[in-house]
Amino acid sequence: MPAPDAEALLATLAAAMQGQVGRDTALIGIHSGGVWVAERLHERLGLPTPIGTIDVAFYRDDFESRGLKVDVRPSAMPFEVEGRDVVLVDDVLYTGRTTRAALNVLFDYGRPARVRLATLVDRGGRELPIAPDFVGGSLEVSADDIVVVERTPAGRLSLTITRSDGAA
Amino acid sequence: MQRNPQLNERGELQHLLSIEGLPAAVLLQILDTAKSFMSVSERDIKKVPLLRGKSVFNLFFEPSTRTRTTFEIAAKRLSADVLNLNIATSSQTKGESLIDTVANLAAMHADMFVVRHASSGAPYLIARHLSPEIHVVNAGDGRHAHPTQALLDVFTIRHYKGDFTGLKVAIVGDVLHSRVARSEIHALTTLGVPEVRVVGPRTLMPAQVEKLGVKVFHDMVAGLRDVDVVMMLRLQNERMNGALLPSAQEYFKAYGLTEERLAVAAKDAIVMHPGPMNRGVEIDSAVADGGQSVILPQVTFGIAVRMAVMAILAGNG
Repeated sequence: MPAPDAEALLATLAAAMQGQVGRDTALIGIHSGGVWVAERLHERLGLPTPIGTIDVAFYRDDFESRGLKVDVRPSAMPFEVEGRDVVLVDDVLYTGRTTRAALNVLFDYGRPARVRLATLVDRGGRELPIAPDFVGGSLEVSADDIVVVERTPAGRLSLTITRSDGAA
Repeated sequence: MQRNPQLNERGELQHLLSIEGLPAAVLLQILDTAKSFMSVSERDIKKVPLLRGKSVFNLFFEPSTRTRTTFEIAAKRLSADVLNLNIATSSQTKGESLIDTVANLAAMHADMFVVRHASSGAPYLIARHLSPEIHVVNAGDGRHAHPTQALLDVFTIRHYKGDFTGLKVAIVGDVLHSRVARSEIHALTTLGVPEVRVVGPRTLMPAQVEKLGVKVFHDMVAGLRDVDVVMMLRLQNERMNGALLPSAQEYFKAYGLTEERLAVAAKDAIVMHPGPMNRGVEIDSAVADGGQSVILPQVTFGIAVRMAVMAILAGNG
């Protein structure tokens, strides 16, 4: 199975969100890929509230085994989180642990009215009771496969699947 | 070759005992991480859960307010439990009793020790006697080292000057007795500052200080000319009593940082001081409170830098 076209997934995701998000909705991208997806969605959906960003490095549950990565980018919330309608945006939804960590970061900024989850691709394999509200597409991959979203300098998104048997 | 006792077998930071011998990559890792911790202190909830459930023991055998407090705040912003132990000691602390003290505290399941001690090398001794999963941070030992102070100083320089290449930096005052100066010199040269100067009277300059890669000046104005950064050192009052210095007034006349003297430095030079300041001895109030002073931002940066050091150590297992 070839990797799906990330731009097509983005169009599907934006269509799913159309009408479900409004002027007061804030998109919050999870670094790095989620921020790229959030930026594109923000533009496509024409939302007036600026996007927020979250880096979950300080909230990961595998910190003790993996240590701290160096290039932690600051989380930024250019809006009041208290009482806000929020959509968390990630690129690849997998175990759900990143989403859990992102929720913890978010709640250290305030108590949002509602939090929904949007992801460009859902690769299954959940280890926590977390489900997306908006999905660009689903992938059937095995646990050892690596799914990566990248961004070209021109801002286009691409999706790569590296199979555990070495095939691309 | 013997391994640096601060690094584990993967070359990661295990303890922070001294800047000397640490590669630039490790220093930059700490500075980059500290930068990302800056935003935590600006939030309503100034806490992240990285050290939740960990116990940090502040072990101060020598009095300190600023350093101990900023370590305590840093540990608390990482969600650690902090115990402050101010252990008044006689000048004759025996190695034996130090090890016993630490062994007892380790038996209380400490995860990290932050140690200040009047004897050079005390944190090394402690690190050697602990099991490897317990981390030690040197918060100042004798005349030897004060690595987190030097790290927050270079963090401050990077914040205001962007990078280290092309800078002229002067360290002014009592270099001889200063663990801060020693750590600063190692940090600045390791990070590639091309010109590090030390400025002060002959009696307060260590023998062969040039071997650390610095230029020595005994004239204040010559030493400050065109520098981008002025790092003042604290003149300890007890030095006045000996034969090293005539008086505080005499010292101020020759080496006090005044607006007039600062004027020979670069126009956008910054003025730093590790505190506590002796106003009117090593620094004039007009300079300490002036537009080029970054002395209070240094304190703020110190929290983020200490958070970074503790988080990196804890993350390295």
